[in-house]
Amino acid sequence: MKSAELVESTPQQHRAESQLRVIGKWAREAGPLIALILLVILGLLLNPSFLSWNNLRNVLTRSAFIGIISVGGTFVIVTGQIDLSVGAMAAFIASLMIIVMNQFANAGWSLPLAVGAGMVIGLMVGLLSGLGNGLLATMGKIDSFIVTLGTMGIFRSLVTFVANGGTLTLDSNIREAYRPVFYDSWLNVPIPVWVLALVVALGSVVLAKTRFGRYCRAVGSNAEVAHYSAIRVNRIRVIAFVVQGFCVALATLLYVPRLGSASSSTGVLWELEAITAVVVGGTALRGGSGRVSGSILGALILTLIGNILNLTNIISVYLNGAVQGIIILGAALLQRSSRTR
Amino acid sequence: MKMLTKHIVVASLYAASLACGTAKAQETVKIGVSVPSADHGWTGGIDFFAQESKQRLESTYKNLQVIVKTATGPSDQANSLEDLVATQQITALVILPYESAPLTDPVREVKRKGVFVTVVDRALADNTIQDLYVAGNNPGMGKIAAQYIIQRLGGKGDIVVLRGLPTVIDNQRFDTFMSLIKDTQIKVLDSKYANWNRDDGFKVMQDFLTRFPKIDAVWAQDDDIALGVLDALRQAKREKEMFVVGGGGMKEVIKRVQNKDTLVPVDIVYSPSMIANAIELTALHYTAKLPINGTYILDSPLVTPENAAQYYFPNSPF
Repeated sequence: MKSAELVESTPQQHRAESQLRVIGKWAREAGPLIALILLVILGLLLNPSFLSWNNLRNVLTRSAFIGIISVGGTFVIVTGQIDLSVGAMAAFIASLMIIVMNQFANAGWSLPLAVGAGMVIGLMVGLLSGLGNGLLATMGKIDSFIVTLGTMGIFRSLVTFVANGGTLTLDSNIREAYRPVFYDSWLNVPIPVWVLALVVALGSVVLAKTRFGRYCRAVGSNAEVAHYSAIRVNRIRVIAFVVQGFCVALATLLYVPRLGSASSSTGVLWELEAITAVVVGGTALRGGSGRVSGSILGALILTLIGNILNLTNIISVYLNGAVQGIIILGAALLQRSSRTR
Repeated sequence: MKMLTKHIVVASLYAASLACGTAKAQETVKIGVSVPSADHGWTGGIDFFAQESKQRLESTYKNLQVIVKTATGPSDQANSLEDLVATQQITALVILPYESAPLTDPVREVKRKGVFVTVVDRALADNTIQDLYVAGNNPGMGKIAAQYIIQRLGGKGDIVVLRGLPTVIDNQRFDTFMSLIKDTQIKVLDSKYANWNRDDGFKVMQDFLTRFPKIDAVWAQDDDIALGVLDALRQAKREKEMFVVGGGGMKEVIKRVQNKDTLVPVDIVYSPSMIANAIELTALHYTAKLPINGTYILDSPLVTPENAAQYYFPNSPF
């Protein structure tokens, strides 16, 4: 594209090209939205109760976990890195929170205090885990793919280890105190959905409008040029991982009160779901460009597929995976084909 | 004279080697135990009971060594079998195969080296390989669940089914259950996979509740799924309408049965402690020299408030 711009062109051609580019840009941004609308129509055709407020609440609340994580994932991917450890990290944070809350409550702390302390510790562990990933990838000069593959294994085993191979469960009185964080609503909208909306709004503004967001894109599109432009490349990369760690912890704070338990099956494959959401949403896997609002659409598409498959029995359950694959590929095509090259 | 000395030396060397050989055989019997790693609650229980029986056997019998290896997948398990034979020189193998077909030939190889083979839970594709087979009763689990639900509903009503993972075990349970339900006026509204997992149990049940205004009973098949189902019911405030039948014998669920929870009236045992049964039976072959070849199918008893106490293991992680 850049070399094409150097070739001289008539003003008419130029105008037509820029119009095309505008349309292309619009289609690229609308791609995931079109896919989402098509899915909603499909769901409605298959089962009228699909659009009931109860079902929409369920779907929105369910997508909060992957949605929040994919906001952090957008930052990591835009800077040209990848984080495979998020699912295992979520399970690890959940385990620690459960252990800490049980301990504090047993030590005689008041329930809100024990829950609050557990939440603060969860957030701190998330931030530190992200920092660790970031430092290994930059100071350690290990590719982020390998770094997070390693930390994924470490987090996952630690969960199995602290749970003694079984399931960690919140004591029932603590669970009752913590339960509203997931199950309660404000203005008839569940709290996890409010948190999701807030994170998406904040993430969008930071990535699109702030200097940090611009640096993220610069580092992802060409780290060397960014370096010569006096951007501290490594610092930006580390911060992206810290943002991811924070988002994972935030998602976990909402996840723990849902079932009050964590085990080695917690958060399995969340990393792939989050990456899929980010890429389906229009962020380039090689970095350099991306939008937080697209990622959240991607997360909604993923959740909707599962929901629609559960609401109908016209498709054999053996084919669930194939249906998911086809819809993901379709959404990706909608978004790619509209790119001007 | 010289000849004689030579003979004596040779003979005594031979005797020594013989003595050495028999002493060695008496010294250590190595039982290799290969099980899936703790990827969900039930396999976590398997690992726990395997470790527990290792400790019990090794402290009782000084000449017995139990080596427990966990595997993360079928090919990982095949590798660990090779290691057990090549580097540990095991005398007997107790294996809970990750999957039946891919592990049939690797176990056959182990058998060919003269190792005693005990298969647990998941049968191999060729059942002539094993010396001993120990398993829970999967069709029995489906049968007991169906019988209980039919009796509780008086042969009439609407139910939903949450299945495990698409495997032989799940099919055996499901097919037996459905064959009994077929002859009644009970309607299975739908069945979906919940992957023996709490999160998926929650999600699938939420969607069932959206779809069906009237549900009389839930067959969740597994206690992890059942616990997810219970949270979905509580969220939708529909706990009074139905009851849930799980399975496995998880301590939280047994506790609820014991406390006469109307939502969880019964449970069906499919205990991971079967791995301990298998290891101890295999050990018996060496310590008591008893013939133990054959097939041992453990019952899947119905747990009710009356008998719940004897199935409650507070120390197990399952």
